[in-house]
Amino acid sequence: MDQLLNNEGKELNVQTLIEDKRKNRMTGNIIEKIIPVFLFLCASVSILTTFGIVFTLLRESIGFFSDTSLVEFYTGSSWSPWSGEFGVLPLIGGTLLITVVAAVVAVPIGLMSAIFLSEYADDRVRRVIKPILEVLAGIPTVVYGYFALTFVTPILQSFIPGLGIFNALSAGIVVGVMIIPMIASLSEDAMNAVPNSLREGAYGLGSTKLEVVIKVVLPAAFSGIVASIVLAVSRAIGETMIVTIAAGATPNLTMDPTESVQSMTAFIVQAATGDTSFGSDIYYSLYAVGMTLFILTLVMNLIAQYISHRFREEY
Amino acid sequence: MFEKNAGNLQKKVNNRVWLNKGMRTLFLGATLVGLIVLALLFYRVLTQGLGYLSLDFITSLPSPSFEDAGIWAGLIGSIWLMVIVAVVSIIIGVATSLYLEEYAPKNKIADIIRINIQNLAGVPSIVYGLLGLTFFVYMFSIGYRLLAGGLTMALLILPIIVVASQEALRSVPNEVKEASYGMGATKWQTIARVTLPAALPGILTGTIIALSRAIGETAPLIIVGAAAAIYTLPDSLLSKYTAMPIQIYNWTARPQDEWQYVAGAGIIVLLAILLIMNSIAVLVRNKFQKRF
Repeated sequence: MDQLLNNEGKELNVQTLIEDKRKNRMTGNIIEKIIPVFLFLCASVSILTTFGIVFTLLRESIGFFSDTSLVEFYTGSSWSPWSGEFGVLPLIGGTLLITVVAAVVAVPIGLMSAIFLSEYADDRVRRVIKPILEVLAGIPTVVYGYFALTFVTPILQSFIPGLGIFNALSAGIVVGVMIIPMIASLSEDAMNAVPNSLREGAYGLGSTKLEVVIKVVLPAAFSGIVASIVLAVSRAIGETMIVTIAAGATPNLTMDPTESVQSMTAFIVQAATGDTSFGSDIYYSLYAVGMTLFILTLVMNLIAQYISHRFREEY
Repeated sequence: MFEKNAGNLQKKVNNRVWLNKGMRTLFLGATLVGLIVLALLFYRVLTQGLGYLSLDFITSLPSPSFEDAGIWAGLIGSIWLMVIVAVVSIIIGVATSLYLEEYAPKNKIADIIRINIQNLAGVPSIVYGLLGLTFFVYMFSIGYRLLAGGLTMALLILPIIVVASQEALRSVPNEVKEASYGMGATKWQTIARVTLPAALPGILTGTIIALSRAIGETAPLIIVGAAAAIYTLPDSLLSKYTAMPIQIYNWTARPQDEWQYVAGAGIIVLLAILLIMNSIAVLVRNKFQKRF
């Protein structure tokens, strides 16, 4: 009788075959059981990150607020941590000033770009322009900072005599440029989601394209547009390098964009690059400022999500 | 009377048509603003930096004098960082997306993870820096070393990779998976042999784009202690380190004009690397993406 051999040259019989099969199935079963657990553990890293952020900010901030009272921190209008004055308003003011300048630049330009791309441009033009606009979003912020300091500021100085090298205007304009693609592309998505039947109804009544845009498309896409603006503003608030490089390091409670200001983010960079020793007041103040920044951006992101879910028009 | 009305009407219609045309031009102009600024930015960087860019610049270590300064330490540091970031964030990111897309039960926990990832993507990068400072630098006592920077950056781009991988996994049609189940494959066998390979180009594209975001990030690295004055190359995960954007920031922040040219040259190198990475991403997407 010919012997049946398995591929290792061993004699093959039904008994061992069954054994092998069972063993394989058991290891298979173990893998099937372990894999989901492993994947879940990896998925929980993102949860841990959030907890880590909140824990870090809370713990070190509490350390800070045991020395400086919350009221003093949030109502004080003088920020000079190296002489022990911790009133955060100048930093918040600096951040807001730059954000306002950025929004003034980015909201009209971004919205008009979105209208052009979504309503006026034909497919070919859109396919060329859109990716180029997205490149703007991919430029590292340190490059924007360089651009603001060495190019935009000198140009502004020739228009505004007496403008300092570091000023909120130049930083704000460039932050605005950075967030244009965000507003443009998210708003365009919102406008694209408006069904054509609505536009055609308006055309049927004799509207021009502009009238269709203003009276039909914009109202229908309103929630998406507002959400895109809120998201972009929140990005501007958290922007660090442009502001650090171009706006200077002068905590300054002012609404005059030609002055030098320090934003919350810029202070964190300044304190972290200077010799701040672990456990000092300034070290803890980093986290109190970081916490303020985190809450501000988180609230804005939540508002954006709420708007785009709650007020979404379904067609 | 009637003719007068018709004339008025004609005038009104003409006005509306003209307004439409005028606004169209305005919208086009606004769109061009973005493109023009981009062109100006490239023009400025090239004119400032090209004169200083040379092989010497690329292969020189940082130096206190601008004639000798180079970006080699930054370049090597950035490559080390990217390797750490890629390994950590790809494993965790792809695993997270697999869990969410394939295994997660439709319950609160999965929802919480999803919403959480969405919100993490909106956290300012500098806050990740503070997280890294507390956890990696002090609590795990890694110190101001490469590993701390790499782990911080990995967490930073994790949401981008998760979202990109989820989209790639979702684009694999159910029929393909069902065919695999029909052949007697188990769930994991189906994922490992059918779903993942089919989604791989999409995952890779998303990962490369996320890495190109990481390679230009500056703020969190400053917080977790990448230094500018590093005169040696890193040789282990626990080396002191610098990175390209850190060098560029340092050069930009110096008051003398000459350093602006050095910074310009550094930016050209950084942008060139970004261009290469993005080209690879587009290439991967176009070459290997299957359409179902």
